[in-house]
Amino acid sequence: MPSILSISGVSKTYATGFTALKEVNLDIERGEIFALLGPNGAGKTTLISIVCGIVNRSSGTVTVDGHDINRDYRAARSLIGLVPQELTIDAFESVWATVNYSRGLFGKPANPAFVEKVLRDLSLWDKKDAKAITLSGGMKRRLMIAKALSHEPRVLFLDEPTAGVDVELRQDMWAMVRRLREDGVTIILTTHYIEEAEAMADRVGVINRGEIILVENKAELMHKLGRKRLVMELRSPLTAIPDTFSRYALELSPDGGQLTYTYDNQAERPGVASLIRDLEAGGIQFRDIDTQNSSLEEIFVNLVRREQ
Amino acid sequence: MNLRAVWAIYRMEMARAFRTVLQSIVSPVISTSLYFVVFGSAIGSRITEIDGISYGAFIVPGLIMLSLLTQSISNASFAIYFPKFVGSIYELLSAPVSYLEIVIAYVGGAATKSILLGLIILATASLFVPLTIQHPFWMVAFLVLTAVTFSLFGFIIGIWAKSFEQLQLVPLLIITPLTFLGGSFYSINMLPGIWRTVTLFNPVVYLISGFRWSFYGKSDVSVGVSLGMTIVFLLICIAIVAWIFRTGYRLRN
Repeated sequence: MPSILSISGVSKTYATGFTALKEVNLDIERGEIFALLGPNGAGKTTLISIVCGIVNRSSGTVTVDGHDINRDYRAARSLIGLVPQELTIDAFESVWATVNYSRGLFGKPANPAFVEKVLRDLSLWDKKDAKAITLSGGMKRRLMIAKALSHEPRVLFLDEPTAGVDVELRQDMWAMVRRLREDGVTIILTTHYIEEAEAMADRVGVINRGEIILVENKAELMHKLGRKRLVMELRSPLTAIPDTFSRYALELSPDGGQLTYTYDNQAERPGVASLIRDLEAGGIQFRDIDTQNSSLEEIFVNLVRREQ
Repeated sequence: MNLRAVWAIYRMEMARAFRTVLQSIVSPVISTSLYFVVFGSAIGSRITEIDGISYGAFIVPGLIMLSLLTQSISNASFAIYFPKFVGSIYELLSAPVSYLEIVIAYVGGAATKSILLGLIILATASLFVPLTIQHPFWMVAFLVLTAVTFSLFGFIIGIWAKSFEQLQLVPLLIITPLTFLGGSFYSINMLPGIWRTVTLFNPVVYLISGFRWSFYGKSDVSVGVSLGMTIVFLLICIAIVAWIFRTGYRLRN
């Protein structure tokens, strides 16, 4: 099945001369949750803004479900819902009015029952007559989501959806994103919280300095680029790592009671077996042994650092 | 055509007017009443008739135009500037809405509000002075044409403005002086020769003159010229709006 969103050779240079995107190519599969990671100023928001029609691109093409975002902008845009990073709502409108306005703006006939469901799902129903200005930050964030969902989009962009949101609301949002995915909605989220991508995404893209440096299935990425750590609790503490172990990447804890070996789990010979043999031969005994996978965050930091 | 979007924007704009009814409707009515008290009664009682029309009645079309111009500009400029300022314009730009639909909705909303206001001022004026409208069709035509033209002009200012100061700049420094010097309170025939010629470069003169003709059948310049000048200004505004949307000027850049 063709991808739902296809970005091909997209570049953007602002009038100031700043190049925010360089020849970006990206395909988003139907029904997936795609996490776009990148440091501040990497071009995440510019890319989303181009797809949604908020910013003109300098070159390249973008299609949404086969519809070109310029030639066939009505069909393309009506498929997209956008929750921007900033809480930008007309402060003096009521929740009910502003959500219905969004639905109308996207050309959908009035459907009070559907709008009610969206507001109930987001725990905003009892605030439907409240003006946006009176809502808390978390509620405003949910209102932004309600506006984006009001026109039943098939592709939902969440630009830093949980920035400044408390833990409970973040969990609620994750649950909502999973529900939407079950309904067949494709979700593209940008986030600073790598744990968010780790918990939810099917695939991960990393953008840095306007270039996509990696797109990978999350599990494969963590498998491929992940490093493993072997942590050994020693029976008797060491003052220093003996020179005979210099060929291993070993670290000794400050108290000398823990030895950590970091290795590439994709390597032909990760060296775990030989290390254990050498430790035994050297008379270093351990009481416990544990292995840990690196997190997506570590992978991300390493990738971005490598680029720089 | 995404008529539902046009209706959604239009309804939102009208709701804003009713929410701020004091600012939108009541304050212009009060200021118009004050004009009548000051110019119509206090000063007007010492001024003889102009072109056979009592001074109080003479200034009514000019007063309506004064409000129509300033309110059309401020309604439309604020309507598009405010979402730009708070950032909620993202939704409009990401919606399946054409430029034409955006203009129809915003300019339609702004023009409707100022036309309603013009009619309210007309009704208020009728409480102070006896009014006759000799050409009601042309009165409405001038009212609608002017409201639409200056709402378009306000829309352009709203897109151009990068700050609230810039938003106020053109109405304050250009439109208000042009309106006051455009014959709202006097006939340009009362001016000395050179100033009369200078005044003819003021586009507002043609609007007020044409509008006054629709009331009393008397005008400073020919009604055809008035109508022509209004339409020329309308076409200029349409051309600028078309250029803005074609280039994404200050919207999509």
